[in-house]
Amino acid sequence: MTDHKREVLLDVRNLRVEFKGKGKKPFIAVEDVSFQIYKGETFGLVGETGSGKTTIGRAIVRINETAGGEIIFKGKKINGVIPKELDKEITRKIQMIFQDPMASLNERAKVDYIVSEGLYNTGNYKDEEDRQAKVRKALLEVGLLPEFASRFPHEFSGGQRQRIGIARALIMEPEFIIADEPISSLDVSIRAQVLNLLMELQKTRGLTYLFISHDLSVMRFIADRIAVIHKGRLVELAETEELFNNPLHPYTRALLSAIPIPDPRVEKKKKILVYDPRCHDYSQDKPKWVEISQGHFVLGNDAEIEQYRKILTRAS
Amino acid sequence: MDAPILSARDVVVKFSLRGQILTAIRGASLDLYEGETLAIVGESGSGKSVFTKTFIGMLDANGWVDSGSIMFEGKDLAKFKTEREWLTIRGKKIAMVFQDPMTALNPLRTVGMQIQEVLELHQGLKGEQAKKRAIEILDEVGISDPAMRYSQYPHEFSGGMRQRVVIAIAIACNPRILICDEPTTALDVTIQAQILELIRRLQKRLGLTIVYITHDLGVVANVADRVAVMYAGDIIEYGTVEEIFYDPRHPYTWALLSSLPQLGRKGSPLYSIKGTPPNLFTEIKGDAYAPRNPYALKIDFVKRPPFFKVTPTHYAKTWLLDPRAPKVEPPEIIQAMRAKYRVSERDA
Repeated sequence: MTDHKREVLLDVRNLRVEFKGKGKKPFIAVEDVSFQIYKGETFGLVGETGSGKTTIGRAIVRINETAGGEIIFKGKKINGVIPKELDKEITRKIQMIFQDPMASLNERAKVDYIVSEGLYNTGNYKDEEDRQAKVRKALLEVGLLPEFASRFPHEFSGGQRQRIGIARALIMEPEFIIADEPISSLDVSIRAQVLNLLMELQKTRGLTYLFISHDLSVMRFIADRIAVIHKGRLVELAETEELFNNPLHPYTRALLSAIPIPDPRVEKKKKILVYDPRCHDYSQDKPKWVEISQGHFVLGNDAEIEQYRKILTRAS
Repeated sequence: MDAPILSARDVVVKFSLRGQILTAIRGASLDLYEGETLAIVGESGSGKSVFTKTFIGMLDANGWVDSGSIMFEGKDLAKFKTEREWLTIRGKKIAMVFQDPMTALNPLRTVGMQIQEVLELHQGLKGEQAKKRAIEILDEVGISDPAMRYSQYPHEFSGGMRQRVVIAIAIACNPRILICDEPTTALDVTIQAQILELIRRLQKRLGLTIVYITHDLGVVANVADRVAVMYAGDIIEYGTVEEIFYDPRHPYTWALLSSLPQLGRKGSPLYSIKGTPPNLFTEIKGDAYAPRNPYALKIDFVKRPPFFKVTPTHYAKTWLLDPRAPKVEPPEIIQAMRAKYRVSERDA
């Protein structure tokens, strides 16, 4: 693939996010994270609980403050202090879809209000008629009936609620959507529906996704490229099949080995690798973020990179 | 095959909700054999938790077993009325591990005391003796430095460690059957792998019979010897794990497997089941899955299918297996799984 020719939509450089307690040393949630997302792709961010994957997503939409580094969206820096106009623009162009459709929708508001809230906040509609037309269109687009606008969230099933969450994001006509575990709390059959919808919307609208999840098997299906995060640092980034075929970092290997595969013959024979962070000796030789082959990045010190190179040449 | 250790027949469970009657389990039957791991799969609301809760008398107060029998050690558990009767079974003979280790433990008591309590209540151990045994059990479920961990509170444990404690409590009385209700759903994959490993090790050592409830078919492939598929309060297909994955017969099982992203082809849409599960407040006519089933026959809307035998271990409730039914080829993904299996069979 000719990655270097593709348009970069979002560029995250050496991002650092801290959480400060009272007088205590700040907790570093995200440290020295760099990646680029190309226009029109689905970029997957995989990590376990507390790895900082959601924090990165929230930093991009300016919910979490950044302590260092830059986030550049379409050539403009969007973290830290920025002009009000730009802030408004980002609010419109970058939208989020959340994990739990039971918790992320206002229980006391009608679907009509939930879906149009973004419009109200940005004033991005001509008149009442225009707003209603937009709501109707957004609902239809996610496969819901326009009549649903007058109902409350509790009248819907989990899958339908997630569709409302998607409609709420779509009405802003975003270019970039951050989907934070959008299908984790849904049932298997509903998952398929929501995944299909997201893929379809990407095609028709030319959307770019940052897909955040702990589930590598779903990632493999939906993501073009995947970044693996562990304790606030990226440890590996590669095109999806490359990552699955040639995982280098021991954490990536452990994570891949742990995914349950719905095939009893394979699953019952497989060996699970355990990741022990003590396997790295970083006392003198500090780890660096290295592009080890075209588009395949890995975190390691000189000795480890040397070793990873050998693995790659053996594989090819 | 030996006689089953537990045998549920035509169990019907009803709940009374706001003056209406909901039939959560609609005549489900299940045999459980000594030493096996049986996985029950199904979507939320299919009744997999409710069904197994009838084995230990833990239905919510507004629910009851309406008819059917659950035979265990010569007693019919469906006839149990009093808490005293249940105390001879629950925890002692049949124990349960719940989904969320954050809520299953008492946050105000030390982990050690919570295990010790079970030992004192059920096994008649006292004081130091019970403490010693509690520490042993903590060690057994893979908690390092058990003597120190004994006097810590649940909040000092990580999610995975807490689930180990919950398992420790469940096995403290040497139960014969352990029901695990989505024990790893709230955990990270690497931790999940460890807990599955632990459960398997304990099963071997203690000779447990395990009922594993989950919606994750990957986990099922890992743990199960046999699989039962539930839909709308009924078991619609069961067989060995290989029969269910490589040669499923019920259209719902086909749909469930086909909708997995792991088996899907990138770039093309996943198979998705149309519509929603039936309303359990109203009586269901025919096959409950018929309205969503693209393979439905006319009779599916009229008459509920009985179990058809595929092999001595494999049964499915679908009219497609009736000799008079037209031949239907399963969806592509299922055929691919079957073909892959034949290849591995030949190589083996």
